[in-house]
Amino acid sequence: METTAFQKIYTKITQITKATCSLKATGIGYEEIATVNGRLAQVVKIQGDDVTLQIFSGTEGIPTNAEVIFMGKAPSLKVGEELAGRFFNAYGEPIDGGPSVEGKEVEIGGPSVNPVRRKQPSDIIPTGIAGIDLNNTLVTGQKIPFFADPDQPFNQVMAEVALRAKADKIILGGMGLSNDDYLFFKNVFDNAGALDRIISFINTTEDPPVERLLIPDMALTAAEYFAHEKNEKVLVLLTDMTLYADALSIVSNRMDQIPSKDSMPGSLYSDLAKIYEKAVQFPDGGSITIIAVTTLSGGDITHAIPDNTGYITEGQLFLRRDTEIGKVIIDPFRSLSRLKQLVIGKQTREDHPQVMNAAIRIFADAANAKTKLENGFDLNDYDERTLKFAKGYSHDLLAIDVNVDIDSMLDTGWRLFGEHFEKAELGIKDELVQKYWPKK
Amino acid sequence: MATKGKVVGIIANLVIVEADGPVSQNEICFIKMDGVDLMAEVIKIIGVKAYTQVFESTRGLKVGTDVEFMSHMLEVTLGPGILSRNYDGLQNDLDKMEGVFLKRGDYTAPLNDDAEWEFTQIAKVGNKVEAGSWLGEVLEGWMPHKIMVPFKFKGNYTVKSVVANGTYKTKDVVAVVTDESGKDHEVTMMQKWPVKVPIKAYNNKPRPFKIMETGVRTIDTLNPLAEGGTGFVPGPFGAGKTVLQHAVSQQADADMIIITACGERANEVVEIFTEFPELEDPRTGRKLMERTTVICNTSNMPVAAREASVYTGMTIAEYYRSMGLKVLLLADSTSRWAQALREMSNRMEELPGPDAFPMDLPAIISNFYARAGFVYLNQMKADGKEAESGSITFLGTVSPAGGNLKEPVTESTKKAARCFYALNQDRADSKRYPAIDPIDSYSKYLEYPEIQEYLKKTISEDWVENVTMVKDYLLRGKEASEQINILGDDGVPIDYHLRFWKAEVIDFVILQQDAYDSIDKSSTLERQKFMLDLVLSVYNTEFKFDSFEEVNPYFKALINTFKQMNYSEYQSDKFKNYLKEIDTKINERKAV
Ligand SMILES: Nc1ncnc2c1ncn2[C@@H]1O[C@H](COP(=O)(O)OP(=O)(O)OP(=O)(O)O)[C@@H](O)[C@H]1O
Ligand SMILES: [Mg+2]
Repeated sequence: METTAFQKIYTKITQITKATCSLKATGIGYEEIATVNGRLAQVVKIQGDDVTLQIFSGTEGIPTNAEVIFMGKAPSLKVGEELAGRFFNAYGEPIDGGPSVEGKEVEIGGPSVNPVRRKQPSDIIPTGIAGIDLNNTLVTGQKIPFFADPDQPFNQVMAEVALRAKADKIILGGMGLSNDDYLFFKNVFDNAGALDRIISFINTTEDPPVERLLIPDMALTAAEYFAHEKNEKVLVLLTDMTLYADALSIVSNRMDQIPSKDSMPGSLYSDLAKIYEKAVQFPDGGSITIIAVTTLSGGDITHAIPDNTGYITEGQLFLRRDTEIGKVIIDPFRSLSRLKQLVIGKQTREDHPQVMNAAIRIFADAANAKTKLENGFDLNDYDERTLKFAKGYSHDLLAIDVNVDIDSMLDTGWRLFGEHFEKAELGIKDELVQKYWPKK
Repeated sequence: MATKGKVVGIIANLVIVEADGPVSQNEICFIKMDGVDLMAEVIKIIGVKAYTQVFESTRGLKVGTDVEFMSHMLEVTLGPGILSRNYDGLQNDLDKMEGVFLKRGDYTAPLNDDAEWEFTQIAKVGNKVEAGSWLGEVLEGWMPHKIMVPFKFKGNYTVKSVVANGTYKTKDVVAVVTDESGKDHEVTMMQKWPVKVPIKAYNNKPRPFKIMETGVRTIDTLNPLAEGGTGFVPGPFGAGKTVLQHAVSQQADADMIIITACGERANEVVEIFTEFPELEDPRTGRKLMERTTVICNTSNMPVAAREASVYTGMTIAEYYRSMGLKVLLLADSTSRWAQALREMSNRMEELPGPDAFPMDLPAIISNFYARAGFVYLNQMKADGKEAESGSITFLGTVSPAGGNLKEPVTESTKKAARCFYALNQDRADSKRYPAIDPIDSYSKYLEYPEIQEYLKKTISEDWVENVTMVKDYLLRGKEASEQINILGDDGVPIDYHLRFWKAEVIDFVILQQDAYDSIDKSSTLERQKFMLDLVLSVYNTEFKFDSFEEVNPYFKALINTFKQMNYSEYQSDKFKNYLKEIDTKINERKAV
């Protein structure tokens, strides 16, 4: 960033901690950015003329006579059509060797949409994956994370979903992304010929972790530009939000804040909500849909990060390896799309809600039967049938490699019902059973 | 002269102000940032330093900025025109704001000064009145909205004049009352009240003695909520708290519903904005929005205003209660309010209590719940013999961290609320909605003799007994299922299977209810009684089965027919046919 005449320059730092430095300065705005010996920093506390700056890349090697230049503005991004197809770092600077973007400068982390100006999300996003479309249907303007252990192929599934989603723009916010994963995304989008619709803000494992904190706001500021000003359908991919939250806790610990559960800051809920609530359906057709990744440790969803996320997002997609079929499935029990009821049975076939529920109920019965078996008990005839159903259901519908349209998913559901059950065992409305029960 | 001050410190939305005069706790001040005024509330005072929580983002704020203290606490504006509005947590009218994005410092008036109201006198010249007495009424939509002696008026007054029936504007003087010292006071249709102070303009608050119908079977039948009562719904994310509250907001037998969306998702309030103007109130046929006011401070809106939002909702509820109305107040989620308190308390570096929540959290929660209740007003009915009455029924949700009910917000709320509707993750996972755990949940009101009397009188003599019985049966069903799991299907007598399956009938037919089915979503008390009797008759039937393998398919089929019945209009031909089918099925297996 270049220095200009009216910027304030200081060279006397009074205090340095692991993440912050303090100095005497006046006329400084809260959340204003500055550089400290060239490193980007932001004002986090002002007391009298004591100003505390958080240095994103850490304070290692910062001397007490470091040059501090205040920029007189909050972190910002230049937005414009030229963003399309480009790769940036956490500060919004190009990392693809291309020129810097010219455009309107917008402060990141801007205001929220007035709730009464929002439109109710109502456009289905078909992905071909039945674990999503059938059981956890996605809608534009929704925010939903994948909950997955680190060894699950979440980035692959996410890339697949993104490409099938028919979005006008896909904005990738990579936080603590391994270089391999970064290249993976680049390749997949390139091979799909989609690079010109993609904008990426990337912080890799090689970059300082605290820089990640800027990524979601950068990505969403770009998203707001395309969705609000250009009325485009924008899909934002945020991976991995657990690493984002880890960076939050690093900062708050270093600033001696009182941690709450799992050494996360007490404001974790609000911090995450500010990001996810940027998902919106605008009345003029533009929308921001957020698909994120929250990695779990040992499948524990009660940990503060997935827990707070679950309380904020509109459902979650839970990836699990089903050993019965040797494939990764979208677990119907813990997964949920809260916006599905806005579209299922309305934009999809009328039998969708009931087929979905009946199948999941039987899948639950099958899980019980399995427990029974493991405890060494005999199975009754119904148990046996649920197990057979479960295998077919898992393989033909839940597996992430399924790619069919929603009507076929429903037909598959009815076929499986017909193969294993009597009509009365399903608890589905009579009218629907009469209409869709497979003819022998 | 009003106190002024200057900003001396900024830590997120905690702003420290050096004041040049007296400042009171909870006083409101405005920080005069160039061009925008940021509203803030004093939350702590040390010497000349006032610690304020700002209801807006403090981005760009500088030390030295001027501050103006307002000499009043955070207040809401009360008067006709609140009904059907959508407010933010500080009662700004969201619809009046310009632009798609919320602008900092954009404060909009809660009422329309220009609105004209058709005023009808109630009080007569010479009447003795006090705060909360009805002077007249205007029609707010369909609702007779009482114009009252302002709550801030202390002591006794005599009505000096009331304007003639006719059309008046919100701020027109409609009456003059004289206090005991002979001084006259003008009364308009509008008044203000500090949200954190309960409105006590009523005569007495008896124990709740009737129930509030919600249309949700597992509440009304099993653990009824009293009119003027309190309840809360704790549950892990995705267990169904919001869906349950929305269901209650649509079907409950209340005159007015105030929905406080406190730190939750914007799309959930959008659902209300979109659907309530279309959906009908099953009792009156009017649109739901005509009896609803929404206070919304979604999770991305400023944290301090989130804390204010529940108080704003409660104060508006108290205002309408004073008009003799049956008000239902819903808050989703009270945990977000507690978290807002926690964020501030941490910023002020107060000594933290459990899970870093403020030490006085239990007291704050119980004081809030205590504002609900059924009250007899000071206002007498036209016959002059009986007092008018009104009520606030409060139902809040709690979002326990990690779904663990042993956390401060749940535990504090449990002490304050009389009904406990615990959502169970396993039930939600197996789509047994609403996922209220029938065994852990309770309604203390069921133990109140006055409520028992009421239920006996309005539903049936044996109702309370039946409900108690059903709870026992559910417990027995659970025990039977545990035994079957331990000993195996053939390791237990057939009787265990029967006990389990009979409990399943209760579960599927009474407890489970499809919030998205146009018919099943709401059940009248009459229908609930009919179904409970029917299910009990199944329970009390002696069945004959030769092997346990016959039990499962039989009950599955029976439950299926019952569900079809739940999906059918009450007492329609379809309903009656299913009833016959059930009868036939029972007779097939009846032991003779
Ligand atoms: N009664 C019901 N009938 C059918 N589906 C339901 C019912 N209750 C809940 N659900 C399903 O569960 C989902 C989650 O419910 P809801 O949004 O009410 O959860 P919540 O407890 O409020 O979660 P959070 O704490 O995250 O806000 C709904 O979107 C819906 O799919
Ligand atoms: Mg909710």
